[in-house]
Amino acid sequence: MAVKVSLKVNGKSVSAEVEERTLLVTVIRENLRLTGTHVGCDTAQCGACTVSMNGKAVKSCSMLAMQAEGADVMTIEGVAKPDGTLHPMQAAFKEHHGLQCGFCTPGMVMNAIDYAKHHPDPTEEQIREALEGNLCRCTGYHNIVKAIGAGARAMAAGK
Amino acid sequence: MHAFKYHRPSSVNDAAALVKGEAKLLAGGQTLVQTMKLRLASPSDIIDLGTIKDLAGIKSDGKTLSIGAMTRHADVAHSAEVKKAIPALAALAAMIGDRQVRAMGTIGGSVANNDPAADYPAALLALNATITTNKGKHEADKFFKGMFTTALAADEIITGVSFQVPRRAAYTKFKNPASRFAIVGVFVADFGGSVRVAVTGAGAGVFRQADMEKALAAKFAPESVANIKVKQDGLNSDMHASAEYRAHLVTVMAKRAVEAALK
Ligand SMILES: Cc1cc2nc3c(=O)[nH]c(=O)nc-3n(C[C@H](O)[C@H](O)[C@H](O)COP(=O)(O)OP(=O)(O)OC[C@H]3O[C@@H](n4cnc5c(N)ncnc54)[C@H](O)[C@@H]3O)c2cc1C
Ligand code: FES
Ligand code: FES
Repeated sequence: MAVKVSLKVNGKSVSAEVEERTLLVTVIRENLRLTGTHVGCDTAQCGACTVSMNGKAVKSCSMLAMQAEGADVMTIEGVAKPDGTLHPMQAAFKEHHGLQCGFCTPGMVMNAIDYAKHHPDPTEEQIREALEGNLCRCTGYHNIVKAIGAGARAMAAGK
Repeated sequence: MHAFKYHRPSSVNDAAALVKGEAKLLAGGQTLVQTMKLRLASPSDIIDLGTIKDLAGIKSDGKTLSIGAMTRHADVAHSAEVKKAIPALAALAAMIGDRQVRAMGTIGGSVANNDPAADYPAALLALNATITTNKGKHEADKFFKGMFTTALAADEIITGVSFQVPRRAAYTKFKNPASRFAIVGVFVADFGGSVRVAVTGAGAGVFRQADMEKALAAKFAPESVANIKVKQDGLNSDMHASAEYRAHLVTVMAKRAVEAALK
């Protein structure tokens, strides 16, 4: 049966008619056509589908859209300024070459932004721990870790 | 995922009226949504506890620490109240899965699910916890019935968990590097005079290690457990660790937990 789900995505109120079993990631990608949020594993392992829900990083493949009713969701598309200026975390990924194929990157950035809000100057070890839920098959993580450290410090400095 | 009917009750009573037949409760969904995708569960109805406000929260009166069923792992990990009353419990919550899972997963869901490698069951058993439901109370000692099985009736809803505040405690876990679940996790709690030791990940379900409890009650020190050999009979053997290795890990993790509790 179709039900209606209403939420805020990237600051805009949206609603969609969906089946009750629809996942949040499906609404984001298929109903809203925001395809920056990726599906890697579809089993809660890889974090490619990470979005921010009410300010917290969550895996959008592991929840029903109905669980996000009324929530404030941000996807990778909502992170840069409207004029295209990159978010400091995005800029840090670019600067430190924190990606190769880029498939994991939206999830990495969404998790990193949430993490950096609470950890303005993380150590390498803390960053690696924070990335438990994000897998990358390309980079070996080294530059991702560097990027997140730099991005966190840039966010704290209000750049 | 098979189709189901979705419900959003606003109270435990409303939820209770809906749990019947093939209906299932939904907490954080971190286990259930994946199980449904794999069609290992195909409920007719999903009853979402997420909007029942009074199911989440943390209270402490110095002797007991009570945590509402819908309290997320991240909220337990970061709670000043938990860190003050039972720091080992906050540390345990911070070790569950990854930060995205901790943002959604709940104590009620974890306890109801009773995964044999889950972390919370070890804390409940070692801290002599009481599980409160819409129908009454369960002692942790009589609640966990082995793999994915508990004393809950099919239509029973966990509303909260109360832990006895110990004098000191610690949890150490040897993680599965892929899933972060416990290959072996040991929770040690010293109540001054009596000690409880609970082991998760090693067997078909969480269990207490009586010989270690006795030795630690006599003397709460790492050397009290260091030479206790755990029997491998009935322990899990899989691609990650043999029963013999798990048995060995129980002793090592227990020793480290005692060391950590003394710090
Ligand atoms: C990648 C990943 C890594 C993980 N790593 C760990 C780990 O290291 N350690 C660990 O312990 N866990 C781990 N988990 C499991 C995690 O802690 C889950 O959050 C937890 O097991 C289930 O909680 P939930 O709130 O998501 O429950 P749900 O998935 O919503 O529900 C689980 C089950 O409990 C029932 N239920 C839920 N709430 C209640 C209630 N109040 N009363 C009665 N029944 C109820 C549901 O009907 C369902 O059968 C991991 C999960 C993932 C996806
Ligand atoms: S696609 Fe969601 S965790 Fe991999
Ligand atoms: S850059 Fe390719 S998966 Fe991470």
